[in-house]
Amino acid sequence: MKRKLVVIGAGMASGRMLEHLLDANPDAWDVTLFNGEPRGNYNRLMLSPVLSGEKTYEEIVTHDADWYRARGIDCRFGEPVVKIDRKNRTVSSNLGGAPYDALVIATGSAPFIIPVPGKELPGVVTYRDLEDTHAMIEAGVAGKDAVVIGGGLLGLEAAAGMAARGARVTVIHLNGHLMERQLDPAAGYLLQKDLEARGIRVHCNGATKAILGHDRAEAVLLEDGTVYPADLVCMAVGIRPETRLANDTHLEVERGIVVDDAMRTSDPHIFALGECVEHRKQLFGLVAPLYDQAKVLAKTLAEEEAEFRPVQTATKLKVTGCDLFSAGDFAEGEGREDIVFRDPGRGIYKRLVLQDNRIIGVVMYGETGDGNWFYGLMKDGTDIEEMRETLIFGPAFQGGSKLDPMAAVAALPPEAEICGCNGVCKGTIVKAVQGGATTLDAVRACTKASGSCGTCTGLVEQVMKFTLGDSFTAAAPAGMCKCTDHSHEDVRRLIKSMGLKSIPAVMQELGWKTVGGCHSCRPALNFYLLAEWPLDYRDDRQSRFVNERNHANIQKDGTYSVVPRMWGGVTTPAELRAIADAADKYNVPMVKVTGGQRIDLLGVRKEDLPHMWADLNAAGLVSGHAYSKGLRTVKTCVGSEFCRFGTQDSTGLGIRLEKLLWGSWTPHKVKLGVSGCPRNCAEATCKDVGVVCVDSGYNISVAGAAGMELKETEHLASTPDEDEAVEIITAFVQLYREQAKYLDRPYKWVAKVGLDWVKAQVVEDIDNRRALVARFDLSQSVYRRDPWADLSTPTETPKWGPLADLTLEAAE
Amino acid sequence: MTVFVDIGPLDAIPQQGARVVKTAQGCVAVFRTADDRVFALEDRCPHKGGPLSEGIVHGTSVTCPLHNWVFDMNSGTAQGADEGLVRTFATKVQQGRVLIDATLIRRSNAA
Repeated sequence: MKRKLVVIGAGMASGRMLEHLLDANPDAWDVTLFNGEPRGNYNRLMLSPVLSGEKTYEEIVTHDADWYRARGIDCRFGEPVVKIDRKNRTVSSNLGGAPYDALVIATGSAPFIIPVPGKELPGVVTYRDLEDTHAMIEAGVAGKDAVVIGGGLLGLEAAAGMAARGARVTVIHLNGHLMERQLDPAAGYLLQKDLEARGIRVHCNGATKAILGHDRAEAVLLEDGTVYPADLVCMAVGIRPETRLANDTHLEVERGIVVDDAMRTSDPHIFALGECVEHRKQLFGLVAPLYDQAKVLAKTLAEEEAEFRPVQTATKLKVTGCDLFSAGDFAEGEGREDIVFRDPGRGIYKRLVLQDNRIIGVVMYGETGDGNWFYGLMKDGTDIEEMRETLIFGPAFQGGSKLDPMAAVAALPPEAEICGCNGVCKGTIVKAVQGGATTLDAVRACTKASGSCGTCTGLVEQVMKFTLGDSFTAAAPAGMCKCTDHSHEDVRRLIKSMGLKSIPAVMQELGWKTVGGCHSCRPALNFYLLAEWPLDYRDDRQSRFVNERNHANIQKDGTYSVVPRMWGGVTTPAELRAIADAADKYNVPMVKVTGGQRIDLLGVRKEDLPHMWADLNAAGLVSGHAYSKGLRTVKTCVGSEFCRFGTQDSTGLGIRLEKLLWGSWTPHKVKLGVSGCPRNCAEATCKDVGVVCVDSGYNISVAGAAGMELKETEHLASTPDEDEAVEIITAFVQLYREQAKYLDRPYKWVAKVGLDWVKAQVVEDIDNRRALVARFDLSQSVYRRDPWADLSTPTETPKWGPLADLTLEAAE
Repeated sequence: MTVFVDIGPLDAIPQQGARVVKTAQGCVAVFRTADDRVFALEDRCPHKGGPLSEGIVHGTSVTCPLHNWVFDMNSGTAQGADEGLVRTFATKVQQGRVLIDATLIRRSNAA
């Protein structure tokens, strides 16, 4: 006699299970299938092509009513089961019921709704089943604003689908990069770039605070205050296993319905599979393990031995044009090695994670054809030692050319500027080379490229090599650090010409060889980016050395020194009292006068810093930036105000310069001196910029040094006018900011580019001088602010102390 | 089996940064990587005692702020030409909270 099998839920997992079960034993079971949705089984993975209009519902059906009927299955579609009676082994639906010998629960999952105000407004939808999909299509999204909350697989497919139907789409994602469960930051960056190129706006690090609107959704408000207009809000933040029936009948339920290896629940007559189950603490959302479960459960029901063992599964995003592949574990870890391949020109990123000569993780973006081959090697645990050298190039590639270091230059458009001094673009150089200029000197002679400051020589040579092929051999410039072969100068230029505005963007587009850079390149990149894009780039504190991150100088014992700014070295009794009070209050072990006419409080504990800053701020004192690659001090003498030899107001000029320049970040520290007469009491002629006042005006000299090297300044300009002196000095500092290599003091930089060139830029060419000043002012509109005030607020102050104090628990 | 104790929310540690936990066995630096993994190391460079918690975090390495020794955070071993080892402690992240090896509550590591 046939046994009675009742299945709740006609989804992909139960459909596959019934296939296996009935193929093996067509006559063993009487099957009754209940389904809440009024239809059979369709391929949920294909919902996004339906949403985007690339497919219709009919094309994605896998098991329709006819399929079930042909196998003698009693279909109760549109008839949700409301109760399971375990004692009498029956289920009841809204219309009737059925007895069972074996029951399979395959109720799937429900979308997770984030609990924010406005979540129940009309216009807020989820993206999970065909109804949701139709709701979005019928809402007629064309020309409307849509916001998708959640930048995971489903969210991005929903976003792409709506964008394809003509909506203006914004994706809000809580994490720092998209699809963080499947992608590392580099691949996440590329994905974001591709989506943005198709007009989808992406807001990472965005936490939704509320959905705004009166009668229906109108906008989405984020915690950071951003508001995006939204006619339609799609929540795609995750799923929750549908366990209500199992709960009501007191089966064992954790996050999902708990099953054993044979897919049996805590009741031996009841089984479960699909997204509603939890197996060994794990939930399942991807289709491959669900199909494995289907196979196992079919065997269990046929009373054969079978065990469900989840395997690593691979993910692909089904968004046309965004080609990504992810499988396994791609976090860094002990004993793990990376093989990274980047082709910036084509937006390709591939990363294999190896452990013990075996692939344990794969992330690919841009070109994923070899994904399944890598995935196969990973699943099989193949020893890859033999093919390690060429592994990343895929199965078709054994031995051949290596990563092309010229890819970034090759990808530049002809109008990209290569030589900033002379305004020479790539196309001009290519034309010159094709016209017969085959040596660097010849190119310089006919285009002027790299003929002035010379720092773009490496790039010009790369353009020549790209044009000439192997017949050209250039002297290879030294790379910035072990992470890249590009020189500092090249990186600076490419940041500008390629419009790179973040550290991950630079690392990807310029083919960084490491995953997250190192302590050497990260501070340099951070400076180059903030100097190039003062308004767009946000300073990355974690890429700064400790002193700049903590706005104080670390000492050998881990304490810090605090130096308040004293404009031009001038102070007041009130300021001195505040400094003395702070020194007492925080038990400062040493108070010292510095070489730059400031007072240094040495030996301050980190957790005291914000409190001390707040106290000093209250007395009108701000950070002296004694720790920064930036403007340090302007040292002055008393000048004509008091000194009987003084010719000009050197103190006043020093204060004016310091108030103008403070807060700016520079490639290395910058110190100024202003002396009121040629006796030079402020020792201005060994500073980065020195002014010596004379009867007829101001002598400006630059590029001095009084450190490991000792060097007198060189004369830059003389002017009778204080305003012009200030303008020239500002332009010099800005030129240094724009041109110098990170950690080159001005004297080193001037030695490389030549003082004559600097003079031409900031003294002789007045338009250029004014443009430099304007760019400096723009940057200062962002950076001329007191970090002490910013970091001693009630929210920031606690971050300076320990995260936890376990010694207190020990005492208890 | 390792017993863990809660030390605070993951969000309190900046990505590619660290926070310090005071223990009876000395300060411990708790690091968070760019991909949100957490490591705990003794906050003391074996070279000259520098606070590793103030170093630049890159990948799963940290560079000591005083003299640029680089340590692998998985094992605590110095990289490159330098030789040295710092103690590491088990951590885990659960529901957005960071947990650390509870033996750190003890007064000494032998207890």
